[in-house]
Amino acid sequence: MSRETALVTADWAEKNLGAAGVVFVEVDEDTTAYDAGHIAGAVKLDWKSDLQDPVRRDFVNKAQFEELLSSKGIGTDDIVVLYGGNNNWFAAYAYWYFKLYGHRDVKLLDGGRKKWELDNRQLVTEVPNRPRTSYTASEQDTSIRAFRDEVVAAIGGKNLVDVRSPDEYAGRLLAPAHLPQEQAQRAGHIPTAISVPWSKAANEDGTFRSDEELRELYGEAGLDGSKSTIAYCRIGERSSHTWFALHELLGHGDVKNYDGSWTEYGSLVGVPVVVGDEPGAAS
Amino acid sequence: MTAPSAAAAGAAAAGCAAPDQAAPLPASVDLEKETVITGVVRVDSGDAVAGAYVRLLDGSGEFTAEVVSSPDGLFRFFAAPGPWTVRALSRQGNGEAVVTAERGINEVPLVVGR
Repeated sequence: MSRETALVTADWAEKNLGAAGVVFVEVDEDTTAYDAGHIAGAVKLDWKSDLQDPVRRDFVNKAQFEELLSSKGIGTDDIVVLYGGNNNWFAAYAYWYFKLYGHRDVKLLDGGRKKWELDNRQLVTEVPNRPRTSYTASEQDTSIRAFRDEVVAAIGGKNLVDVRSPDEYAGRLLAPAHLPQEQAQRAGHIPTAISVPWSKAANEDGTFRSDEELRELYGEAGLDGSKSTIAYCRIGERSSHTWFALHELLGHGDVKNYDGSWTEYGSLVGVPVVVGDEPGAAS
Repeated sequence: MTAPSAAAAGAAAAGCAAPDQAAPLPASVDLEKETVITGVVRVDSGDAVAGAYVRLLDGSGEFTAEVVSSPDGLFRFFAAPGPWTVRALSRQGNGEAVVTAERGINEVPLVVGR
């Protein structure tokens, strides 16, 4: 993987609107943005209602994912170009999710909705009518998905990267600052996790920083490129953004996204938690 | 402590995406505990700017959160007492403002321009 295969520019996107075999997909938690205007021909995915199991805290299963993509008119061999709001957090999450289920050719629109809007590029309200397909997914590729036990086992061993804001890392805030702060889980971070906020990987307009800047960022933060890496945030979407930077742009080998993230870890009984700005020691 | 309303519980259980900025402050938000930073994005002439990307930067200038201003230009953050910067990007231009927040509601005017 590399920037050339994983990321497309807004100019590339504009030239490929309506191209055969290319499907634009807007992914958001709040899909009212799509309803008010989206890239021409784009279909919408709802991060919650489409990609999360309605009862258990987990993803939709393989059969449900196949049904979802078939119903959206997305073919197994289509080039899927993902974009969304919130600096592409949910689009990056969907990218990782599509990879998890083995989609071959998936790309992220650099800058997402924000750059598209700030550039004054066209948005439409017309909803495309794509004929149904018969989509085939693979079994989940758990080489890119971390679960809680391996996260606990990774303390002091693998690179743990906490991509939340510094105040969430230190335990001064429990959620991003646009959400109320009363939350069930404990505050703080996983011992030995380094703090590299996702936002440092992005420019103000939502585009990713250059490979050189990214290498410098993670190098200076103390990420050991010879070790395996697990990224986490609060619910796994901001860490998808960092997973994308490390695995897809920089080509690091063993990088997993911990989608349980702090809402799970901070609620576990008996696990170590560190409060404050330092990574802390493995106990 | 009051029980969270269904709306607030829903927001907490769901993702990290920014909620509708025009919605009234949920009844469950306890202003004796929360530090709310809010305001309206405007251009010099006073007109409100809808759809501006407003981000909250902490005392060290680090990104903390980002919301999109409502049709009336409104934005709102839940932060903590201390120094913060709010910065907006929009098609009408960019701008920023500094605030030292205290518990309760902190109103910050934010003007953008080229």
